Amino acid sequence: MPEPLLEVRDLRIRFGRFTAVDGLSFALGPGEVLGVVGESGSGKSVSMLAVLGLIRTPGAHVSGNIVFRGRELLGLKDAEMRSVRGREIAMIFQDPMTALTPVYTVGWQIAEQIRAHEKVSARAARDRAVRLLDEVGIPSPERRVDAYPHEFSGGMRQRAVIAMALSCNPALLIADEPTTALDVTTQAQILDLMRRLRADHGSAIVMITHDMGVVSEIADEVLVMYGGRAVERGARRQVFHTPRHPYTWGLLDSVPRVRGPRARRLPAIPGAPGAAERGCPFADRCAHRFAPCDEAPPLTPTGDPGHLDACWLPEDRRRTR
Amino acid sequence: MIGYILRRFGAAALVLFAISVLVFLIFFATPGVDPAARIAGKNADPATLEQVRASFGFDRPLPVQYLMMMKHLFVTHDLTSFVNRGTLVIPQIVEAIPVTLSLVVGAAVIWMVLGVAMGTLAGAMRGTLIDPLVMLLGVFGVSLPVYWLGEVVNLLTQKQLHDSVFSWVPPLGYAPLSQGVGQWALHLLLPWLTLALLYAGIYARLLRGELAGALNEDYVRTARAKGLSERRVLLRHALRCSLIPIVSLFGLDFGALVGGAALLTEVVFGLPGVGKLTYQALQNLDLPVIMGTVLYAAFFVVLANAVVDVVYARLDPRVRRA
Ligand SMILES: Nc1ncnc2c1ncn2[C@@H]1O[C@H](COP(=O)(O)OP(=O)(O)OP(=O)(O)O)[C@@H](O)[C@H]1O
Ligand SMILES: [Mg+2]
Repeated sequence: MPEPLLEVRDLRIRFGRFTAVDGLSFALGPGEVLGVVGESGSGKSVSMLAVLGLIRTPGAHVSGNIVFRGRELLGLKDAEMRSVRGREIAMIFQDPMTALTPVYTVGWQIAEQIRAHEKVSARAARDRAVRLLDEVGIPSPERRVDAYPHEFSGGMRQRAVIAMALSCNPALLIADEPTTALDVTTQAQILDLMRRLRADHGSAIVMITHDMGVVSEIADEVLVMYGGRAVERGARRQVFHTPRHPYTWGLLDSVPRVRGPRARRLPAIPGAPGAAERGCPFADRCAHRFAPCDEAPPLTPTGDPGHLDACWLPEDRRRTR
Repeated sequence: MIGYILRRFGAAALVLFAISVLVFLIFFATPGVDPAARIAGKNADPATLEQVRASFGFDRPLPVQYLMMMKHLFVTHDLTSFVNRGTLVIPQIVEAIPVTLSLVVGAAVIWMVLGVAMGTLAGAMRGTLIDPLVMLLGVFGVSLPVYWLGEVVNLLTQKQLHDSVFSWVPPLGYAPLSQGVGQWALHLLLPWLTLALLYAGIYARLLRGELAGALNEDYVRTARAKGLSERRVLLRHALRCSLIPIVSLFGLDFGALVGGAALLTEVVFGLPGVGKLTYQALQNLDLPVIMGTVLYAAFFVVLANAVVDVVYARLDPRVRRA
């Protein structure tokens, strides 16, 4: 692999006594799309917020390495971090309805970001906002640029948020469940848009989602998280065709098949999410639990290059899909 | 926006009309009470009673009475107080207005500046010692009653310490602007501070709460992710949205104070404002004056409300179309 764009090593995030992320490592090359999946509470959002230095809760403790373009981000001064945020790494959030400040026009907010990072006139920033809105498919952008967020529908707002995120041509776009709050048709449109923008702008994307369907459509690499750890990591093909971790099996079983016979009921993964104090975080809910699981399994290579998983199960008890 | 303003002020005019009718009915058409006797005051002689009856048209139908009343108030300005033999009501009110306005506007400037500064400081410094300290200061302001605080201030500045620290404090009362801005402000300084302290405390608390909420909003997270400075995130995004409810409260408080709620401050500091006028009128049951001040108060409260709504719509684009 060439020099990775972003490399996270042994990231740990604690809120007081509670460990939200426990030794997460992954890397992402330029222009790649990484799909991060995992249940609610598995630490997807906090890990990515940590990359941007946006964990501000008092008592939060972040350690490890976050190396972006060869530079360590963890521990950067806020002023230095600000020049990364929004310019080199942009982030969009789940709920487009509340992500924009209600009292300013959409164009103003896009221009604000441009002018925070580049010395351009208000006029030029506005013109660029119009072009960006056009690019993300907002109809009559020269008029819509002066509209307020509440005058946009949910899908349009998410488009506007994406336009804003792309305004400084970031090398990395982190999208935290960008389609979850939208209806199915709009979801598909936004995914289409992101695919197209990736082709045009060449930004790498981290796509956080609980939806394996979304991952299968857009990701090159997949990171499966459970209880604050990576339990499986690999190329999309590897994770979808030869899933190794029992949690990944559960996730894949819960994807409704579009083609072929339809499962009667979506099989739920039994038990409640939560990390065990010691040992494998998934052990309590795992149907394949056996003695070694009292010890936490490390993320280890599987033999197939680039495919890693964290499970003690011997080879003959793994299944293929 | 223009349409909104027109509609809003149209509604305000309608409300004012309704209030004037209501006030008229309460004063003149309460069953079983002779309005002439009430206007003429206690122990009025028959001649006065007759005069009142004629000038207010009490032998004519109610709508005509209403119109005559409004004519006395707004056209000929010759509504007379009978208790206070022969003094005209309107000029009294007109004279009192600048006093009350001076008091309330000055205090409002002080409390808004103080309240917004304290609230922003506390809201931005949550989790540090500054926050509880500032809020404690606010509670202190809220819990001191104006009349008590005013009396203490007077006691200190007019008597106890008047010969030493506070020799610069002028005697109680009002100095009109015609005597120079310096004198005007000097006479009003302590009343301003006394009145402002209470409201500054309330506004600081309210703003802190709003700001604390806003800082947890998604749009603030977005603003941070854009790479804006913390200061800009705080002032342009969080504070800007938190100010919306503050402004609407401000309009209501301001209207009520101009309408006479500054009464206690006016009385304590001997300021001949509308509040004090109402207070005196109530003491000798001077109905024409009471009616005049009630209508005046209603006018300011309704006007302040209308202005607030317009400002609100400027501040919050979401209400403009409503
Ligand atoms: N500021 C915070 N203070 C304390 N705990 C937090 C904080 N932020 C997150 N957590 C905890 O960290 C854990 C991981 O949260 P995170 O938001 O990353 O989950 P997630 O994987 O993004 O879930 P979802 O799919 O619901 O968004 C959760 O248990 C959450 O309660
Ligand atoms: Mg999340």
